[in-house]
Amino acid sequence: MNIVVCIKQVPGTTEVKIDPETNTLIRQGIENIINPFDTYAIEEAVRLKEKHGGKVTVLTMGPPQADAALKEAISVGADEVILLSDRAFAGADTWATANTLAKAIQKIGAFDLIITGRQTIDGDTGQVGPEMSEMLNIPFIAYVSQIEEIKQGYLRVSRMIEEGHEVLETTLPAIITVAKEINIPRLPSLRGMMKSKSAAVTTWGIKELGVSEKEVGLAGSSTQVVKIFFPQRVSQAEVLTGEPAEQVEKLIGKLKEAKLI
Amino acid sequence: MDYFLTEEQKTIRELARRIAEEKVLPVRAELDEKEEFPWEIVKELAAADMFRVFIPEEYDGLGGGCLDLCLVTEELSRVCCGVATTYAVNALGCLTLIEYGTEEQKKKYLPDIASGKRLAAFAITEPTAGSDSSNIKTTADKVDGGYLLNGTKQFITNGGEAEIYTVIALTDKTRGARGASAIIVEKGTEGFTFGKKEKKMGIRASVTSELVFHNCLVPEENLIGKPGLGFIQAMRLFDKSRPGIGAEAVGLCQGALEAATDYAAQRIQFDHPIITEPVVQQMLADMSIQTEAARALVYAAARYVDSGARDVTEYSAAAKVFASDAAMKITVDAVQVCGGSGYMRDYPVEKMMRDAKILQIYEGTNQILRNAIAMNLRKRKART
Repeated sequence: MNIVVCIKQVPGTTEVKIDPETNTLIRQGIENIINPFDTYAIEEAVRLKEKHGGKVTVLTMGPPQADAALKEAISVGADEVILLSDRAFAGADTWATANTLAKAIQKIGAFDLIITGRQTIDGDTGQVGPEMSEMLNIPFIAYVSQIEEIKQGYLRVSRMIEEGHEVLETTLPAIITVAKEINIPRLPSLRGMMKSKSAAVTTWGIKELGVSEKEVGLAGSSTQVVKIFFPQRVSQAEVLTGEPAEQVEKLIGKLKEAKLI
Repeated sequence: MDYFLTEEQKTIRELARRIAEEKVLPVRAELDEKEEFPWEIVKELAAADMFRVFIPEEYDGLGGGCLDLCLVTEELSRVCCGVATTYAVNALGCLTLIEYGTEEQKKKYLPDIASGKRLAAFAITEPTAGSDSSNIKTTADKVDGGYLLNGTKQFITNGGEAEIYTVIALTDKTRGARGASAIIVEKGTEGFTFGKKEKKMGIRASVTSELVFHNCLVPEENLIGKPGLGFIQAMRLFDKSRPGIGAEAVGLCQGALEAATDYAAQRIQFDHPIITEPVVQQMLADMSIQTEAARALVYAAARYVDSGARDVTEYSAAAKVFASDAAMKITVDAVQVCGGSGYMRDYPVEKMMRDAKILQIYEGTNQILRNAIAMNLRKRKART
């Protein structure tokens, strides 16, 4: 079972600041982490490998310092890691990102399954997984909460939908995105951490992928961020005072006034 | 303070802290309350390779020494001294084997201990042999096919949960301490059962039990080293393990200091946080000084043990005594800083105070260890 896991390094906080001039995230002074949803993807891949054999390759696109995320993946059981890093990749939207990842996966060659987190905590789009399935022309299942059965060319999963759970079968190779209900990611082991410190991270740019500058990064993006802003907090709460009976009286008055009752 | 640890040691400390904070912290109060053996945490420690730290590389370990073990123990103890004890006692249970065992014995037991598949324990204490540890009564008579053990061991950490026991027993009753030998006994051996499980003041997540041997036959190849050397082996073992008790104490000091500082910074009295009161500041400063001094001595002693030096008795005893006395004082003061809240079980410092007491008692009471240090001073004086 050869599994490719796509991960992203994200700022380790939800309180990011935005540079008003460039409309990009200010990353200085913020610790970077593996996108939490992706940690479930790595864990599931490693568990499948431990059970069925094979290899786990972890892939990320990002700046050179994203190799820290890949080394962390090694410490929890990934066998090989590849960093897609090139100035030309910068500013990619979800389409350009998916395109670059898909090209890298084609270069990796034979695989049975691609796993990724359901979405990132910074972009929050959840689009890269499904886009990759279109580009690679393989089946796609989102929000997987349990892998029920997996064997050569066959996968059955349970996934979360609004009304409950849905059991789906698919042929392999396929791509799935996982929800946090699927497992509890392990902590690294000392051997894993020591291995990760000395591990070599393969880096691929446009040359290695054999793609042109026009189809990746900002140039290859069909969407462009025009403006990012914080929504204004509008707070119009009114606290009613007095005895409970008085408060009820006042509340009914207010509701009538607003023609709500 | 930078103690110039190696990259590997920093990694060990970092991961031990993560386990302590993510896996131990959420359950420590419950483990203490229920006096439950922390199997889930033992599994986490095993998966993280923590039991490999003190095992030589050729037996699936990471080949670390006393200082490496101290770093893990300290980090665990910062959050829960009971869990730290459960962990550290595995080293105590197999160091004699590592030092004096045959290749076959090491191959048979050490990889399982390294992987955390089987826990280890050490048994010397008996009802008649506490500080007077040479006064053991458990016998191991040489018979056809091995040694026949009879007797009772008391207050054995990990007793009942561990599967590999290093037991000190008399192979020659007539020679007293010189007739003692170290013998490996596996859980499940016929005639080997567990007696009373103790109810303790502190370190309640760790288990303390009686081991009962009744015509328990163990094969001859389970003897570690030569017969008659058991007592000396045990004394040498304690020389090496005592910095580990010091490390438990340092972790406890650190945990109590942090808890007291946090509380003092947020507790408002007379319209300001109590940390602005000079009297509280003086207490916290003293706690901080004692903690760092204890850490420096423990690390120095551990490094001295790791250097292979023979004359470590005095220094490892000093590290254990100083750090455990500091832990007792600091945890008492931490409760004081936290006031009424500190006395309540909802706050961690009362547990820390209960946990600290054992550190002044086990692996040689601080009084016995001061005797040993004084004995060395007298010997040196006599030589000059």
